[in-house]
Amino acid sequence: MKTLNFRVILFAFALIFGIVFSIPSLTQSESGKKITLGLDLQGGLHMLLGIKSEIAIESRIKSMAASVKYIFDDEEIIFDELRMVDGEKITFELLDADDVKKANDLLKKELEGTVISKDGLKFSLMMTEEEIARTKQNAIKQAVDTIRNRLNEFGLAEPTVAKQGEDKILVEVPGIKTQEDEQRIRELIARAAHLQLMAVDEERIARVNTMSAEEARSYGDVILQDVKTPEKYLLRAIPVLDGSMLTDAKVGFDEGNQPVINFTLNGQGAKIFGDFTGKYVGKRMAVVLDNKVYSAPNINERIGGGRVQISGHFELSEAHDLAIALRSGALLAPVYVMEKRSVGPSLGADSIKSSSLALALGFILVIIFMFIYYGMAGVIANVALIGNLFLILAIMSLFGATLTLPGMAGIVLTVGMAVDANVIINERIRELLHMGKSIGKSIEDGYDNAFTAIWDANVTTLIAATVLYAYGTGAIKGFALTMSIGILASMLTAIVGTHGIYQWILPKIDKKKLGFWFGIKQEGAK
Amino acid sequence: MEVFKYKKPLSLMSKSKRFGLLSVAVLILSIGLILSKGFNYGIDFAGGTLIQVQYEGKAPIDKVRNAIDTDKAYEGATVTFFGGEDEVVIKTKMSSKNLGEDIGDKVRVLLKDTGKFEVRRVDMVGAKVGSELREQGLMAMLLAIIGILIYVSFRFEWRFAVASVMALLHDVTIAMGMIVLFNIEVNLDILAALLTILGYSLNDTIIVFDRIREGIRTIKDPDLAGIIDESVSRTLSRTTLTSLTTFFVVFTLWMFGGEIIHGFGFTLLVGIIVGTYSSIFVASPILMWLGFSVGGFREKEAEKLKREKEKEKMRAMYEKGTI
Repeated sequence: MKTLNFRVILFAFALIFGIVFSIPSLTQSESGKKITLGLDLQGGLHMLLGIKSEIAIESRIKSMAASVKYIFDDEEIIFDELRMVDGEKITFELLDADDVKKANDLLKKELEGTVISKDGLKFSLMMTEEEIARTKQNAIKQAVDTIRNRLNEFGLAEPTVAKQGEDKILVEVPGIKTQEDEQRIRELIARAAHLQLMAVDEERIARVNTMSAEEARSYGDVILQDVKTPEKYLLRAIPVLDGSMLTDAKVGFDEGNQPVINFTLNGQGAKIFGDFTGKYVGKRMAVVLDNKVYSAPNINERIGGGRVQISGHFELSEAHDLAIALRSGALLAPVYVMEKRSVGPSLGADSIKSSSLALALGFILVIIFMFIYYGMAGVIANVALIGNLFLILAIMSLFGATLTLPGMAGIVLTVGMAVDANVIINERIRELLHMGKSIGKSIEDGYDNAFTAIWDANVTTLIAATVLYAYGTGAIKGFALTMSIGILASMLTAIVGTHGIYQWILPKIDKKKLGFWFGIKQEGAK
Repeated sequence: MEVFKYKKPLSLMSKSKRFGLLSVAVLILSIGLILSKGFNYGIDFAGGTLIQVQYEGKAPIDKVRNAIDTDKAYEGATVTFFGGEDEVVIKTKMSSKNLGEDIGDKVRVLLKDTGKFEVRRVDMVGAKVGSELREQGLMAMLLAIIGILIYVSFRFEWRFAVASVMALLHDVTIAMGMIVLFNIEVNLDILAALLTILGYSLNDTIIVFDRIREGIRTIKDPDLAGIIDESVSRTLSRTTLTSLTTFFVVFTLWMFGGEIIHGFGFTLLVGIIVGTYSSIFVASPILMWLGFSVGGFREKEAEKLKREKEKEKMRAMYEKGTI
């Protein structure tokens, strides 16, 4: 009697491996590696965001202008006509020809990545090509980090934020319960949280309601609206300082028990803020967030220590989200939605239910068919099929792969395709049995002959699946993945595994019972 | 149980013209449909927004339509039942770049007074992404076909490769025709289904070709038609049975897999049926029409064998130490 052969041992190992490693996924236990459900099955938000990186460039130019002003004021270099032109360069004019060399050296030292060109007393500053490219890259990297920080601080379970391609950001947030929650999360992500402290142009503000945007620009001013009321403010376009100098932001309450946001500036920011408030006592300074004026208090005295408060009649949740946004930093460039898919948890649960039902029914149909058509040979194929299913789950669990709805369809399809191999083999064996070959010989030759066809068929399907994986997005990738794993696993279970089982039980196969074993009529096999 | 028991070769090749005509007719019909009516692109490829809303009890579809119509921005939006009677799907060609309040949120507000409902799905694809996905999809199809062509030429012979790819195009074209005929919305999942058909329809063809390749070596008949007839007849049970098992599972997927993968299941179903037909009645005749020469193939095979034998002989001599 033949003892256990290597094929059946290999299959047994594969089966045990499959069962052991698919247990965490099947029982949804806390420990152990398991399959994560795709957003379409567990519910959640999937977004592909684009980024307006030209805005990042513009704000770099703006802060460059602010630096120029600060440096020159500090060194007492007198200048005039400091302007931003087309959002890509700044120009100004010195008043004293003796300052040209000093100014040039200072700018060279303090402003890296800048091209300085001058014509007499007129200067113009531009960013270098490399600096522009770096700023763009920085903007997307910073957006990814910022959005991730915001989502983490919001307290959501395992959000994914990743750069995709050159200039896109993939955001995936599982476990959102309602559409209202989702909207709040989207608003949190979208928040530019661009904080600016700006001086009010007290000389001209009386005319603000009749002034056009162009006229304001000609004075180096900008017109911004109040966040809640239609009141307009005329502000100096180049801010005193911006949110990049902010170190912390917290929700607090003012005397009237209204939520406010307290924020702290870093050393440099505190110094600039202190100097500014000292110089402009009696005038107003506006707290501007995302180009809306939140408050414009009078400066009563010099404010040291770098502590500033924003009050704007907030809802508590609004103040909470705003503080998160401020803490995690501004978005250098605004993001916009290119693609969004959101699935509610109940729809995900329904999808799991219906696709599991399809899987179970398809599986049962195939198993019954194989048994009726092939007898015990069908049962052997069914054992391999079960092994295949466990193996798919185990491999996906080990890689922490994501199971999507199309992925479920891929598994269902694999059930149908994995037994194809056994159909081909069994048909070959039957053919050889009809020709009068012995059972042992029929099995061996059957496997030999069937192999090339199974191999070629599987490889071509794999080619299609690979292309699908490479070109597919999101959920579709899941389909290509489960189908590929299924096909590879079926090579082990349906070809090697069943072959091993045949070799193992060969001595027990009664040649007088071919109907029972192979589902064919007796034809006097030898 | 045995259904297809091989007794004698069916004479298929002598009837190949009839099947060819049938295929050409269906192909022309399909291409005509694709060109005249065109695909009903869903939001994945055309861009737009889809909102799936479930009501408690029967969905008040007229109320929903009226509510949507109150906002001019949604002109041309369609509202249809989805799966059961308690769910509706609202589709519009619009998409918004705004991250904060988007179309889904606006529709939620519009529907406020239509009853108790839950927004279960909001899919939104920008027009630019849609056209990118369409390009990628076409590219994927092309690449898959080229990959398969290369593999089959490498494993068989170029005429086998051409014949199998022609059968493949036949299957995919007819499947596309059916998609147009039954007005199935074309989204990414349909593309996945078509690519699966590419891989799968070839399975059956390869089972037949593998047997023809074997037949050329073992069957004495010098006539290709005879060899094909016998090979196809001998693989008839395999071809139909492997398709049958896959048909079972795809059928359950189509019937019970839920509304979202309905179109996916349908496309696969058509693909499997057409793919099985084509591997029996289309792929092999093409092989014949391409002028595949049995003699030539045998000569090449014999030469290969001879070279290998010589190599073995050399090796044996080398091992014995005679060289």
